[in-house]
Parts: sequence; C-alpha cells; structure tokens
Amino acid sequence: MMKGLKKWRLFSLLAVMTVFLSACGEDYITTLKPTGAVGKEQFNLLLFSIAIMALVTIVVSVLYLYAFMKARRSKLGEDYMPKQVEGSHTLEVIWTVIPIVLLLILAVPTLISTYKLADVRAMDEVDEEGNKTALTVNVTAKLYWWEFEYPEQGIVTAQELVVPTGEKVYFNLKAADVKHSFWIPAVGGKMDTNVENVNKFYLQFDEESEGLEQGVFYGKCAELCGPSHALMDFKVKVLDRDGFDNWVAAMQATEGQTASADSADVGEQTFANSCLMCHAVSGVGTTGAMGPNLTTFGDRNRVAGVLEHTKENLEQWIDDPETIKPGNLMTGKYGELSDEEISAVADYIMGLSIEE
Amino acid sequence: MEETKFTPQTWPDKPEQATMEGKNKFVGIWIFICSDITLFASVFATYLSLKDKGPAGMGAEFTAANLFELPLAFIMTMLLLTSSLTSVYAMYHLKNHNFKGVQIWMGITVLLGLGFLALEIYEFYHYVHIGFGYTHSAFSSAFFTLVGTHGLHVVVGLVWIICLMVRNARRGLSLYNAPKYYAAAIFWHFIDVIWVFIFTVVYLMGVLG
Amino acid sequence: MSSAAVSNKKGFGATLWDYLTTVDHKKLGVMYLFAGTLFFAIAGFEALLMRLQLMIPNSDFVSAGTFNELLTMHGTTMLFLAATPLLFGFMNAIVPLQIGARDVAFPFLNSLGFWLFFLGAIFLHLSFFLGGAPDAGWTNYASLAIYSPGHGIDFYVLGLQISGAGTLISGINFIVTIITMRAPGMTFMRMPLFTWTSLISSALILFAFPPLTVGLFLMLVDRMFGANFFDHTMGGNTVIWEHLFWIFGHPEVYILVLPAFGLFSEIIPVFARKRLFGYSSMVFATILIGFLGFMVWAHHMFTTGLGATANAIFAVATMAIAVPTGMKVFNWIMTIWGGSVKVTVPMLYALGFIPSFVAGGVTGVMQAAAPLDYQLHDSYFIVAHFHYVIVGGIVTAIFGSMHFYWPIMFNRALSERLGVWTFWIFFIGFHCTFFIQHFLGLMGMPRRVFTYQANQGWDLFNFISSIGAILMAIGVILLVINIILSAKSKPLNCRDYWGDGRSLEWAIKTPVPFYNFKQTPLVRGYDPYWLEKHDGNEEGMIYAEPLGDIHMPNNSILPLIMSIGTFVAAFGALYHPDGDKPWAIPVLILGLAITVGAMIVRSVKDDHGFHVHVEEVIATEEELYGKGGNK
Repeated sequence: MMKGLKKWRLFSLLAVMTVFLSACGEDYITTLKPTGAVGKEQFNLLLFSIAIMALVTIVVSVLYLYAFMKARRSKLGEDYMPKQVEGSHTLEVIWTVIPIVLLLILAVPTLISTYKLADVRAMDEVDEEGNKTALTVNVTAKLYWWEFEYPEQGIVTAQELVVPTGEKVYFNLKAADVKHSFWIPAVGGKMDTNVENVNKFYLQFDEESEGLEQGVFYGKCAELCGPSHALMDFKVKVLDRDGFDNWVAAMQATEGQTASADSADVGEQTFANSCLMCHAVSGVGTTGAMGPNLTTFGDRNRVAGVLEHTKENLEQWIDDPETIKPGNLMTGKYGELSDEEISAVADYIMGLSIEE
Repeated sequence: MEETKFTPQTWPDKPEQATMEGKNKFVGIWIFICSDITLFASVFATYLSLKDKGPAGMGAEFTAANLFELPLAFIMTMLLLTSSLTSVYAMYHLKNHNFKGVQIWMGITVLLGLGFLALEIYEFYHYVHIGFGYTHSAFSSAFFTLVGTHGLHVVVGLVWIICLMVRNARRGLSLYNAPKYYAAAIFWHFIDVIWVFIFTVVYLMGVLG
Repeated sequence: MSSAAVSNKKGFGATLWDYLTTVDHKKLGVMYLFAGTLFFAIAGFEALLMRLQLMIPNSDFVSAGTFNELLTMHGTTMLFLAATPLLFGFMNAIVPLQIGARDVAFPFLNSLGFWLFFLGAIFLHLSFFLGGAPDAGWTNYASLAIYSPGHGIDFYVLGLQISGAGTLISGINFIVTIITMRAPGMTFMRMPLFTWTSLISSALILFAFPPLTVGLFLMLVDRMFGANFFDHTMGGNTVIWEHLFWIFGHPEVYILVLPAFGLFSEIIPVFARKRLFGYSSMVFATILIGFLGFMVWAHHMFTTGLGATANAIFAVATMAIAVPTGMKVFNWIMTIWGGSVKVTVPMLYALGFIPSFVAGGVTGVMQAAAPLDYQLHDSYFIVAHFHYVIVGGIVTAIFGSMHFYWPIMFNRALSERLGVWTFWIFFIGFHCTFFIQHFLGLMGMPRRVFTYQANQGWDLFNFISSIGAILMAIGVILLVINIILSAKSKPLNCRDYWGDGRSLEWAIKTPVPFYNFKQTPLVRGYDPYWLEKHDGNEEGMIYAEPLGDIHMPNNSILPLIMSIGTFVAAFGALYHPDGDKPWAIPVLILGLAITVGAMIVRSVKDDHGFHVHVEEVIATEEELYGKGGNK
C-alpha cells in the first residue's frame, strides 16, 4: 500500500487542498487565508496534518472497500464458509508501527510550534532608555464587550483593536467577570481570558485592514459567556507603523476631553448626565471602566459590536439595549430618556472621532 | 431457608469468600475503594491548590502554618490507627468462628472511632469559633471539605459497624453475615489509610512547611 | 413467588409493580433502553430546534437565553442520560448472557443504579418547568456557572450528582459481575469483546466519575452553601473546575465509545461469518485506550493557558491514542477481509461506522496538535469532530445493536426494510449536518452561538447543516416507528436469530427465561456457541452442572425508595439559597432520612433470595417453548 505513494502525490494533494481550502470563507474572518506569522504557522500545520490524515483515511477506505467488495455474500453464495483466521502478528506490527511513525512526523512541528507560539519573553525587553521594545496590549474581556489598554502609550479604547503591521504584538488577556476567549480567526489562534490570572500570547498582523470589505478584521469571543456570547464581537483595525503612531498621538491628544452637563448641546448634556459615569470620551486612561470607552466611536465599524454603524441603530441600542444584547450590563443603568434626548445623544456619540 | 450451623471446626478458612455472594462482596468492596481513592485524590488536589488562598488581606492567623495544632491531630491519628488494629483482631476472631471476640473487638473499634469523631467535631467547632468558618475563604472551604469528607466516611463506617453488631448480636456468625463484617473492616482500614494521608498532607506539611 | 412464570398474564398494576421492584438484569436492560430512548428523543429535539434557529442568519426563532438552555441540555442529556443508559441497556441485557451468569453480582444495586439515574434525569428535566434549565454548557465552566442566575445550574449540579451516583454503582456492579460470575471455562481471554469493553468501560467509570462527583459537590456548596472554591475574590480558582471536569469528561468519551467498539466487534464477525481478527490485540487495544484516556484530559484546555510544556505533553499523549484505535479499525477491516458479508441492518450500521469513525478520529488527531487547536478549539470544527465520533461511533453502534439484539431482548425482530430506510436517511443526514461544520469552524465560526450575522460567509453551510439535521430527525422517527411496529409483530421463539451467532447469548432460546440458562453452560473456547454449533451439538451448549434448583434474588422496592429520598433531598438543597423558603432544609433532611432509612432497612433485613425448584424450571421451559423445553 505505502509503496505506491510517491512524494509528488503528497505534494499534488497538498496543492489541491490549498486551492480548495482557500476558496472558503471571507478574508476578514476565515482561518484559511491567514494574514500573520502566527496564523500562517497554524495554517501550515493544518495543511500538513490534513495531508497525513487524508493519506490515512484514503488507505483505510481503500482497504475497507476492497475487503467489503470481495467478501459480499451475495457474490460468494449463501453457503460459503470463510476460513476462521485468528490474526496475524506481522499485520499487527505493521499497523502499529506505521501510525506511530506518522504521528511522530506530526509531533515534531507540533512541539516546535507549541513552544514558539508560547514564547513571550520579548514582552519584558527594554531599550537603553528603559522603554519596552515590543507593543503590548492589555485586553480585558467584559460581559459582551472588549477593552484594549495600551499601557506604554497610556491610552485605552474599546471594541476596536488598533495595531500596527509587521511586528509582534503582545497581549495580556484577562476577564473581568466570567471566562471569555480572545480570537481573531484571520490572524491567529485564540487564548482564553481567565478571571483569576493573566494569559499572555502574541499575534502578528501582516496585512493592513484598509483593503478589506469592511476595513477591519473580525474578532470573536470563543468561550460561552452568557446569552449574548454570540454577539460579543470586536473589530481589528490594522494600520502601517506610521498610521498607528498617528493614531496613538491622536488618542493621546484627547487627554482631559469630557462631556459637560452645562453644555448648550442637548446631546452632550444628556451624555454627561446619563452616560458619562460609565463611558469615557477621552482616550487617555487605564483599564477598568464600567462601559466601553467612546472616544473613537464615530470612527468605528459597528454599534454595540454587531449592528451596522448608523444613527438609527445607535438610537435603537440606547433606547432598549436588552433586545439587542440580552443580558448586557447597560440595561437599566440610566433613566428613561425621551426620543429627543436619545436622538441628540446619538448625534453626540456619532460625532466622537479622532480621525480628521 | 435453613442456615447451616457451623462450629470452629467446620467453619471455612476464608469465611468471607465461601459463598458466591460473599465473594462478590469481597471483590465489590475493593472495587469501591479504588473508586473512593480517586474521590479523595480529587479532593486532595483541590485542597493543595487552594491551600492558604483567601480574599485579599486574609490574616496570617488563618494559614495552615498557624492554624493547625499537631498534638490534637496526633492524638486523633493514634485513635484511628489503634481502631484499625482492633478491627484486625475482630477479623482474626471472625476467621476462628469466635463471635464474641468479633463483637467485642468491633465494639472497641467503634468506641475509638467515636473518640476520633468527637475530637474532630471539637476541632471544627474551634475553627468556626475563631472565625475560620466554611465560608471564610477558599482555603477554609477546601480544608473543611477534605477533612469533612473523611469525617463523613468515619460516620458511615461507624453506622455500618453498629448496624452489623446490633443486627447480628443474637444470631451469631454465619456465612451470610461474615462477608458483611469483613467488608466493613476493609472499609474501616481504608478510612484509616486516608487519614494517614490527611495527617501528612494537611497537618504535618501544613505546620512544618 | 417463584412459581410466577414469566409469561403469565398480569394486570397493569401487577406489571407496573413488577417493573418498579425488579432486580432482573434483562428487565433493567429494557428499562435502561427505553429511558435512554426517551432522553435521546428529547435531546435530539433540542438539537433540531437549535439547527432550525441557525438555519438562517439573524434568526429569532429561539431567544438567546433559550438557545443556551437548549445547547446545555442537549449536550448533558445526550452524554449522561441518553448514550450512557442506552449502552447500559445493552450491557445489562447481554453481558450476563455472554458470560453465562444467572444475573449480575449485585442485582439490588443494579436496580438502585437505574432508579438513581432515572430520577436524577427527571430532576434535571424538571428545570424546564421550574424557572429555567441550566445554561452554562454541558461543560458548565465555573465562572459562568457561578454567575448564572436562577436555579438552572443547581438543577444541573444536583441532577447529575444523583444520576452520576447511579452510573458509578452500575459500573462497580459490572466489574464485579464480569470478574466473579463467569461460567466455567469462560476465562478472561475467551470473553466476547463486548464483555471486555464493558469491563474496561466500567473501570473507566470507576475512576472518572469520582472527580466529577467532587467537581459537582464543589459547585453545589459554592452555589448553595456559600463556599468559595470558584470565587477568585475569595481565593478560589475556576481552573480547578476545568481540570476536574475534564479528568472526568475525557474518559467519559471512552466510557461511551468502548462499549460501542465492543458492539461492533460482536456484529461484524456474525455477519462476516468469520472469527474476529486479532482478538488478543483488540483486548490489548481496549485496555490501552482506557489507560491513555486518563492521560489526555488537558487537551480540552490547550487555550486555557497551562503553558507550553503542559500543552506539549498532552498533545503527544493525545496523539498516542490514535495508535490503539487504529489497531481496532484495521482488525475490523481484516475481519471483513476474506469473510462472507451479509448486509443486514446491523451490518449496514457497522459498515457506515468504519469510515465515519475514521473521519472523526483523524480530526481528533489534528486537534491534538496544540498550536493548530488554538484555531480549532471552541469553533464549529470541534463540534463537527465530536459529533463524528459520537454519532458516527456511538449512535450508529446503538442503532445497529438495537436491530442486532432486539430478538434476544424482546423476542421480536425489527423490520429490516424500514431499518434500511432509517439507516440511509440518518446516515446521509448525519454527514450532511456535520461534514460541512468542519469548514464553518475553519471559516471562523465559534461554537455555542445562538445566532450569527450575515456576510461572514457562513450562511450557505449553516443552511445545509440544518437540512441534514432534519434528515436525521426523520431517521430517528422511522426507528421509533419500527420499534412500535415490532411490538405488534409475531414472537420469534427461536435461537440464534441471525443464523451465525458466535457467543453465548445466541445459544439461548428466546424468550429468555428469568433465570437465563437453566443449567450453567460449560465454555470450551472462544466463540463457544459457534464451536458447539460446528461440532454438531444440537442442544446449543454442553452444561457444567446437572439440572437442579436455581437460586435467584428477590425483588425489592427499596432501590426506588432510596432514589426518591435523594430526589426529595435535592429539592431541599435547591431551594435553600433562596432564603425565603424555611421548608428547604427540613425537606433536605427528610429526603436524606428516607434514603438512609431505606438503607438501614436493607442492611437489617436479611435477603437470602429464593430457589426455583427443578420441577418449576421444567414447567417454565415447557410453557415457554412447548414440550422438550430449551433444546
């Protein structure tokens, strides 16, 4: 059986599979068109393991079909009495050794990769001035939204992760309430956010998100976390290094920005009275807010992580969050707002932007 | 169904396994103990991972090093070890068809077990009294669960043996009840072995480091 | 008592009483089978609702909260309350016959195991009517479970605690039965593979269920009595739950799949008319799988953050399981090789099983590669994988064995014609549902989502998957119709229904009398009935003892009473944390008192069983089979 299997067959099999697999899914969410070193490594492991497993499946299926076709009683006659064979030591050895060899072949890249992807030592490296050399993002998963803190830059945002291309980005992952799991399928595998410890890992983003259909990569919560688990999406905006630096500077420039209850604008006034205790409008700060930071809301891709980014949807969300995200912690935190107030506050929030 | 009357001469060598039912009980109790070992292993693992863990600012007086007192635990250990020995005497008399011996030694086993239990209750009461209750911290929950699970086994063992002694007091030994005594005794040894581990892991390792 | 021959017409009340008190392994087997089928249907219906919800994006067919209840109850019910009892049904009905025993080692405990399982299952399902079902997934991860409001999780914890105790008791019972009750000559290496796998699977139950018991207990006291095991602000740690759950949870898969392997190892040789190839290596592989099954639990936690070394060790250990599993697959194929295969319904299921299970197995190996699992974990890929193993491996075994063993269990046969239809509809539906889900996972779809947005490229595949689920449902309905029709068919009154039976259970004429073999058979080799048949033995077997009085255990209502006690106590514990229900603790105590009281009654009252005298045995045989008895 094994003799006939030449190398070229394996390669052609691989090639066919690559084509087939990459035809699947949308760029911004599929794991089959990975856009970073981590995702690519995992994708290569996927192809490699599929190749081995397809080989096994084919060999078994051929043996099985052959055995069955030859042994049909309808062909052999009702009275045919097969030889009662006990077993065969040679065969036993063969089908023990070959799988072991195949598994060893799979185990080697698995082990190398496991250690490689867990290597976060660079997180603590500093240059001469004592600044960290690597970009670190502290991710806090909260019931149905995500908070992203950039400790070195002193800024914090929510729902939309912004990262530069071409370098390893390190993550500190933690959950504030129940366990979640941080997953950007098109960029690399997931890691859980536990409640009692910080998990660390890294991802690499090779492609700017500008050219994607939505202009962002999709991120998901991958661990059941309550009724709105399915809606706990976030987006990833990947910029080149200059774009990222500009974004950081713009965020830092919002220091001290706030909403005033004395404002002439009804929207800002309402925001200050009803929203500000949970939602900050300045990008400078640390993690630990009650609700998502809204400094860049106008620049975002979605309302509440899932709805299309329109004023109507925002109004609907403010009016009755519970129907949109069951079990969220925003419901009932602010009093009843009139339609005019909702409209005004929605205008105000849609206007929060750091992009010129 | 009439039961055969045995004398020490006609009494079989292994009375606990002389009947099919007896053999089943003998194998069954061992199998059950295998399972119970896994149960305790899980509780031990939980205890070890939660040892000394509590809310932020939990006082140092509520850590294993300061909380446990070896003399008391040592006395409890001695009581339980001795009770294991006395149950061996009971089994010796069981093999020799000496029912009175069985009852007396089992009785002493029960008394020692009750003594152990009384000390354990005192110990628990003491901890609760100084504020180290079940809900105090993860450590307290784990401690009471581990030692309490063992305590519950002791209670079950005692009730079991007492039931056997009362039930069979007037009937003497038979091949029907010999395996029951034997199974109870094996269970009692098992409880004792578990306590040795608790003494080592919780008390000795807790106090000494 | 003993003269009540089995086939006497009885009133409904008497029949009911008989089933409530029975300790007969065959009746308990039937009860397990029907209880399992009931819960299988319920859980299948839940799955259907979920697939209908996911048929189109942004659907509002079921709400988010309800969906989480459905997914939790589907998983929990299928594993604990459907697959386990269905396999226990076959183990109860068949294993004592296969080893030539009169009954199991502890008939009383056998009954207790069933009633604990059944009342635990009922208790869990009452949650639907009493304020909401559990909603934290069948894995019930601690942080979400502690956070979950209402009593749903409490129902999960208490219901599984009770039914888990039942499963453990049954497991112990099977181990002892297989060790001590084998007929003369039935050495370990002559035991049929189903008996072997039942033994190993029971051993896994023995070591796997206590960690679950502990985990559930910790969850119980955390939620109901203020303990702090999983509250990290009090020093607790939720990862402990993950470990305890998976130390149980992974072996649980083997607890289910090993008996399924055993069933196929019975079916394939009968319909290939050929001795099982490599019997001793099959036994060895079974033991090895059972052993390795305990070494791999953390592969469910690759993304939990245990560190590279832990992930590496568990990755390699997990891959190792593929080796003994592969041995089994090759042995089945070689059993077919050179045989004479008759394609009956049970054999159809076996033939469908081999490629489906291989597909499920290889995706398992892929997920063993930890870095790859970071992508696959908690996506639809894993959903596809474990359904390939569980439906492709275990459900096919159960359906196939229903057809295979129906003649022994009920003295009736299921319709082959309808069975073929069932098989193809179910089998096509199964692949249609789950094959496509591999790709959904790879395309980034997380599992356990109650809905999904359009434009993520998932719409078509989800639609196809839902169509498959409908086909599977139709298949199951056909099977139920087949079962109902069989009840009206003519009794078989025959021996060796399939004509090529090999092991002892086929040597006995149906209906099987309550004492099984009237004389204990003497086993002269592996496949004892085949040996005798081909040595020209007309009587079926040769016997190890002359016809004599048969000792049988008494029926008892106490197992049911003990189980009801735990059921009552569970309600007390459940409502205790409400605070406004002063009756909760008294009810808890009352329930425990009922259970302990029944236990004391049991131990104080002697139970010597009864004897069936020779004349009664002869009379029973003649009544069942006419003059000449079981010849």
